[in-house]
Amino acid sequence: MTWPVLQALLGHWRRHPFQMVTLILGLALATALWSGVQAINAEARASYDRAASAIGGGQADELISPDGPIPLATYAALRRAGWRVSPVVEGWVDGPGGRVRLIGIDPLSAPPGTPAAMAAVGIEGGILSFIGPQGALLATPATAERLEGGSRPVRAVEGLAPGLAFADLPNALALLDRQDVDRLVIHPDQPLRQSPLTEVAPGLERARPATADDLGRLTDSFHLNLTAFGLLSFAVGLFIVNGAVGLAFEQRRPMFRTLRALGVSSGRLVATVVAELLVFALVAGLIGVALGYLIAAALLPDVAATLRGLYGAAVEGTLTLSPVWWLSGLAIAVAGTALAAVTSLWGVARLTPLASARPRAWARANRQTMLAQLAAALLALMIALGAGVAGHGLLSGFILLGGLLIAAALALPAALTGLLALAGRQRGTALREWFWADTRQQVPGLSLALMALLLALAANIGVGTMVQSFRDTFTGWLDQRLASELYVTAETEAQAAEMLDWLDGRTDAVLPIWDTEGEVLGAPAEIYGVVDHPTYRDNWPLLDAVPDVWDRIGAGQGALVNEQLARREGLAPGDPLPMPGGWTTEVTGIYSDYGNPLGQVILPNGVLIERYPDVDRLNFGLRIDPARVDEITAGLEDEVGLPPDNMVDQAALKAFSLDVFERTFAVTGALNVLTLAVAGVAILTSLLTLANMRLPQLAPVWALGVTRDWLARIELLRSVILAALTFVLAIPVGLVLAWVLLAVINVEAFGWRLPMHLYPLDWLWLGLLSAAAAGLAGLWPARRLASRPPSDLIRVFSNER
Amino acid sequence: MLLDLKDIRKSFGEVTILDGVSLSLDRGETLALTGDSGSGKSTLLHIAGALEPFDTGEVLINGKALSGLGDAGRAEIRRDAIGLIFQQFNLIPSLDVAANIAFQARLAGREDKDWTAKLIERLGLSDHLGKYPEELSGGQQQRVAIGRALAGRPPLVLADEPTGNLDEATGDAVMDLLFELTETSGAGLLMVTHSPRLAARAGRRLHLRHGTLTE
Ligand SMILES: Nc1ncnc2c1ncn2[C@@H]1O[C@H](COP(=O)(O)OP(=O)(O)O)[C@@H](O)[C@H]1O
Ligand SMILES: [Mg+2]
Repeated sequence: MTWPVLQALLGHWRRHPFQMVTLILGLALATALWSGVQAINAEARASYDRAASAIGGGQADELISPDGPIPLATYAALRRAGWRVSPVVEGWVDGPGGRVRLIGIDPLSAPPGTPAAMAAVGIEGGILSFIGPQGALLATPATAERLEGGSRPVRAVEGLAPGLAFADLPNALALLDRQDVDRLVIHPDQPLRQSPLTEVAPGLERARPATADDLGRLTDSFHLNLTAFGLLSFAVGLFIVNGAVGLAFEQRRPMFRTLRALGVSSGRLVATVVAELLVFALVAGLIGVALGYLIAAALLPDVAATLRGLYGAAVEGTLTLSPVWWLSGLAIAVAGTALAAVTSLWGVARLTPLASARPRAWARANRQTMLAQLAAALLALMIALGAGVAGHGLLSGFILLGGLLIAAALALPAALTGLLALAGRQRGTALREWFWADTRQQVPGLSLALMALLLALAANIGVGTMVQSFRDTFTGWLDQRLASELYVTAETEAQAAEMLDWLDGRTDAVLPIWDTEGEVLGAPAEIYGVVDHPTYRDNWPLLDAVPDVWDRIGAGQGALVNEQLARREGLAPGDPLPMPGGWTTEVTGIYSDYGNPLGQVILPNGVLIERYPDVDRLNFGLRIDPARVDEITAGLEDEVGLPPDNMVDQAALKAFSLDVFERTFAVTGALNVLTLAVAGVAILTSLLTLANMRLPQLAPVWALGVTRDWLARIELLRSVILAALTFVLAIPVGLVLAWVLLAVINVEAFGWRLPMHLYPLDWLWLGLLSAAAAGLAGLWPARRLASRPPSDLIRVFSNER
Repeated sequence: MLLDLKDIRKSFGEVTILDGVSLSLDRGETLALTGDSGSGKSTLLHIAGALEPFDTGEVLINGKALSGLGDAGRAEIRRDAIGLIFQQFNLIPSLDVAANIAFQARLAGREDKDWTAKLIERLGLSDHLGKYPEELSGGQQQRVAIGRALAGRPPLVLADEPTGNLDEATGDAVMDLLFELTETSGAGLLMVTHSPRLAARAGRRLHLRHGTLTE
């Protein structure tokens, strides 16, 4: 008995193939965007995991020094005392194909099971190809490619952590120009008798290894951003599905009723409908997951570059996906279908055999629905504001964001109806008055598509405003921050001295840029030195400072901290600041430091050297006439022997920094465009599915003496006007969104706040774009209407409707 | 002559519905068209109303031939010369009663406030002007349709079983109004019905059978 019922149900789709395409397309797009984002997140997390387990399998404890690097002598002392430890050094190296994180290990003392050590034994030629002065670097094939052609031989090995290169410790130390190591990995099994750690190496602390969580925490906000976008796109896609399912059920209402009258139980009917939907969900889910794979593959290189540039997180630019991901993609498609179909299913379940066979006035303006939507909008708004006022952290920021968007979407039909009623108030020709009245009646039928458009447009305006504000602020800030014309790094301190000699008299100023790392207020931070120089006085992007901040720096007093550290710890000028090494200074200024995930402290240079004597004294900023940059660069290379790679002029550095930011927002930009495209599809499909239901409204007007051509033009104008009105309403929503992103989300996620700028010209473009998209979406239904045979319209008046 | 149909032929695919039909109608005249269900009455009315194209023959409305006209010309004739009443679904759902009645007259640029007020009054719609079609009963809807068909004082009124969906008492009342008001407006009325009783009220009667007309 189920089979004939299913056959009857499926007949509908054969007669309305377009509805089926709509349903599958909407569901596939929703699934695609969602699972694409999930794939990116999963890939990044897998990379973090592999990176964390690169040494010691992520299991073994480590010895670290709170004061920075560990001298090799300490390592030797520990070994002599019977401790089974293995040294590790880390740093960045520039390969011909880009920056790579280099990890130096000692394969012979590394804990058993260390992947790189096992790889070192397993490569062709055995461990002898790894150790010794001619030893090779090991990396995954993709990373090895970036190092190819460099000063060292490289071997590609599958299964290593992505983005990392491994070298024998002496080779790594040479490459990184270091004499000390960063940490010592403790073997899980130690001999029974050892001297206590406090005796052998009193300066060291035992610590849990860095785990994927540490990197994860740093990049969490980035992934949360992506997830939020994925969710938004998914929601927009579900609007389409909901529309298509609702219409299909409404049109089949007479058939459902007949089936019930013929003795099909309500349970069997619902079960059959569920089976039907399940088939659609699985088909669409498969298409969607495949599309999601393509989206993820297209976006991942940019994401990887962003994570590398912004957080130093090594992520492979290629996708490897697990079956779990495919399954979860299908599951989300099924769940989405269930969500979109639940009201329709409820209607089928409650259908009695005697229910009216006439399709309900599905697309009719309904005061009650609109009031309910307004009430729900108010509730969403209150939840949003509650989260905004009372909550803290990124999550409440996103609740604020989501609540505002939902409230705006729910209030849209009422707002549009109000605007259209206002427009229809003026008396015009009969046709014009009919146009406004009829457009108003169209709103409920199109409301889901228009809500999707509103969300997409608001997201576009909001994110666009954020990115543009970001870019403007950032470029201005870069100009201030990168005031020196040339940045140079000596290879050794001897070379640095030689360089300073040579530069004497050739520059306006040589500004040391020396730094070390340490733990400030419980989190890793960068500690820089600065001299009092007009370069800083004129340019440094201070947000807040004591009045005589530079005089005090000149006098060796106080410290500047970056905005993210100040916000995280609630620091203000005048507050005491405990520094690593057990001394305390005073915060004298706060400056903006966009793009830096770490806290940063700037000390007077003399203080830096005094407190941290082993700081590298290799980096300098040179103030010179910009026209002489090339001349100085050539001189430094020829006369001092500075490698060209160690000199970066201001323009190149700015370009690099901007590139990191462009890539960061390339992903959001791409998702933005995709969301807008989904909204466009939503409008098109709604218009097409509504086109048939429009005939009863249009036929009388046609019969009374308006040509089909005119009606088609009016229909086209209608969708353009609805899109334009939606766009006008999207502007304030988008601006509120931008404000939340800049003032709440960014502060929570990155630790800095950006000033908001407005870009009306961008809106104009977006407005034209959305009107054009709506026009394009309306074109096909309009053309179909213009070429409809009169008999289709006449049939409206006959019995057999 | 107000309406002239000359030797009209019309087929749907293989099936010939009208096989050489001629009729004429003058102002002030009422003509009832009867016939079995499916005999082609509506098709004939649609052809006379410039709604449906025909295969051969000619239709003249106020002396103007339809065969040479395009979409725009046909629309103009409908707008200016014809009042239409169908069995149901006559009204524009998004407009209220007042706007529905005035719509065609305003479209044709022939709004006559006094005449419209008189129609509304006579049709008993004064209390329903702000209502929308879906809020009206079937009889009320057909009265609005009559008001709309006559508001612009078109010379020709075409009605296709205007009471076919109403119960007898309501139908009779609507029919009384239709005859009375078309007479007042001076239009010619071509009405399709399958009820001999209603047909008897018209000045002339024609019967459609096997594609041809008989008295
Ligand atoms: N557009 C059309 N396409 C095909 N057949 C049609 C069309 N319109 C009407 N018919 C057929 O033409 C015949 C006459 O229809 P109609 O004029 O509506 O008859 P009546 O109004 O007398 O009941 C019927 O068999 C009907 O099915
Ligand atoms: Mg008929």
